[in-house]
Amino acid sequence: MSFEKFSDTAVLLPLENVDTDQIIPARFLKATTREGFGENLFCDWRFNKDGSPKPDFVLNQETYKGSILAVGKNFGCGSSREHAAWAIGDYGFKVVISSFFADIFKNNALNNNILPIVAEEQVMDRLFKELQNDPATEILVDLPNEQWSFGGKSYGFEINEYKKECLLKGYDNIDYLLSHKQAVESFEQKHILN
Amino acid sequence: MNSGEKRTLFEKIWDQHVIHSREGYPDVFYIDRHFIHEVTSPQAFDGLKKRGIQVAKPNKTIATADHNVPTKDQHLPIKEMLSRFQVETLTQNCKEFGIELFGLGHEKQGIVHVIGPELGLTLPGMTIVCGDSHTSTHGAFGTIAFGIGTSEVEQVLATQTILQYKPKTMRIEINGELKPGVLSKDIILYIISKISASGATGYFVEYAGTAIEGLSMEARMTICNMSIEMGARGGMIAPDEITFEYIKGREYAPKGEAWDEMMNYWKTLYSDQGAQYDKVLNFDANDIGPMITYGTNPGMGISIGETIPDQPGDASFKKSLDYMGLSSGERLLDKKVDYVFIGSCTNSRIEDLRLVADFVKGKSKAPDVNVWIVPGSKAVEAQAKREGLDKIFLEAGFELRQPGCSACLAMNEDKVPAGAYCVSTSNRNFEGRQGPGSRTFLASPLTAAAAAITGKVVDVSTLLKKEAHVI
Repeated sequence: MSFEKFSDTAVLLPLENVDTDQIIPARFLKATTREGFGENLFCDWRFNKDGSPKPDFVLNQETYKGSILAVGKNFGCGSSREHAAWAIGDYGFKVVISSFFADIFKNNALNNNILPIVAEEQVMDRLFKELQNDPATEILVDLPNEQWSFGGKSYGFEINEYKKECLLKGYDNIDYLLSHKQAVESFEQKHILN
Repeated sequence: MNSGEKRTLFEKIWDQHVIHSREGYPDVFYIDRHFIHEVTSPQAFDGLKKRGIQVAKPNKTIATADHNVPTKDQHLPIKEMLSRFQVETLTQNCKEFGIELFGLGHEKQGIVHVIGPELGLTLPGMTIVCGDSHTSTHGAFGTIAFGIGTSEVEQVLATQTILQYKPKTMRIEINGELKPGVLSKDIILYIISKISASGATGYFVEYAGTAIEGLSMEARMTICNMSIEMGARGGMIAPDEITFEYIKGREYAPKGEAWDEMMNYWKTLYSDQGAQYDKVLNFDANDIGPMITYGTNPGMGISIGETIPDQPGDASFKKSLDYMGLSSGERLLDKKVDYVFIGSCTNSRIEDLRLVADFVKGKSKAPDVNVWIVPGSKAVEAQAKREGLDKIFLEAGFELRQPGCSACLAMNEDKVPAGAYCVSTSNRNFEGRQGPGSRTFLASPLTAAAAAITGKVVDVSTLLKKEAHVI
């Protein structure tokens, strides 16, 4: 699955420190497959106890739609559960934009073909305002050129070469690691902790 | 690197484990010890099956069932169907791929970050990973230990290596003497309250200073455990005599000549004088009092006598206080408590239970508080019984349960009801973490014990003075 240049509208969730327990509560981690977590994405913010939608939560409103999620800083902190990335991907998000991400979540997202874009705080403030004023704001995401833009302004973002190639060409981490098998064997022979 | 270069402990261990390095690419990084549990491993095993490959080094992975297991009647089949299926899936996968499993009912079963150290599976200089963010606990032994996602669990199972980027390094020094009633849990809650829940994101932390050197291994584990709560990739403490003394004689620890050889290596595991860190922070142990959190991330902590701060115009902060049913300017002292949870990979070890027992001996819990004590492992449970701590708890009206993660993340039946306040020795106060709608005050085992007895939030240091209690 490749990650071409695309543009879409975004869903706005400007809260800070959104932890992975909010993204997918622990009680949904009992599955043994990777599919279907999108149904319970942000479950306790999205649904009442009886399962009815909470009208004030963004995913239950018509205002914001799209495959891009714009969020406050320190998104994905807390538990290492990859289920959080699975839930975001399964719901249909391809890109998450924040002023910064928790390390493990960022890695998990990239390992699931979700692009985390880190933007400066002033840019995020501008994006939040723009989305509040016009929820139909289109955001262009151009991974090959490491750029994204909205409202007539363009910004660069950083992604390392390897992860970029993985997203663009569908490289597989385990194939890459397996290609070093010989080096692992010789390492083990002289490794004191082996 | 040239041999004269001054390196931090982190860099020494990191460099030793890099198998392949290439500009723009993550390092191919060797893993010495891999722990797995029922919740974050099934999809990884599925991946191996789809590829038709085996586990590369089955003897370097150890499995246990901890996250969703019941803490009562563990001899009976697990009632909750999905949990049972997940635990059975782990058993099946371990059998199929030749991995040693300390499953439910096994005498070595327990919370993954409790059993690793207590069995001597966690050794200085190792690289350790697990599909659990609190893997940082093992850093107390001078290891590079960190939590990973399930795709990375699959990488380790398939290759015994993982793709990693080298994080930045941070040194946190805490010098001076701790005040009476202040535990290592208070140290780490204090640090996180000062630097925030994201203050160490992108860094690997080394804790040092006289206040750290004076701590027992179990107290050090509590500190390293919560490194992730300030965003750190992990936290570590250089091994010393206290470390070696703890490891010696443990079941899986090296013995005889192998021990001597390892000791020679372990004695090289320290940060060189003059080694450079990307960031250095200093704290004075004497500034730290018993701590408690008031909000919904671990950075929202105060010294127990302080008032809840205000952050005007901060929507996330307001949402957090609304959820907690608290207001800026309010004091937590004397706040009525409904539940007390003493357990989790942060504070469920024998020293924690001894501290609590010592404090509550001869007392009874407040009438309308539910108190759960959940030991970290079967070994901790057995030791507590040998020492008669179970009787002290029983007389106090506390419930001593069986080992597991329990109400730390409430995947099993141990849930704090919506709206109820729980003083908890665990590591996270996130919305709904201890059950949908639950409200968590993170604190030390002593503060939790005091809340259990009085039924409210109290300053344990003043209580200790009154009772002339010596810790």
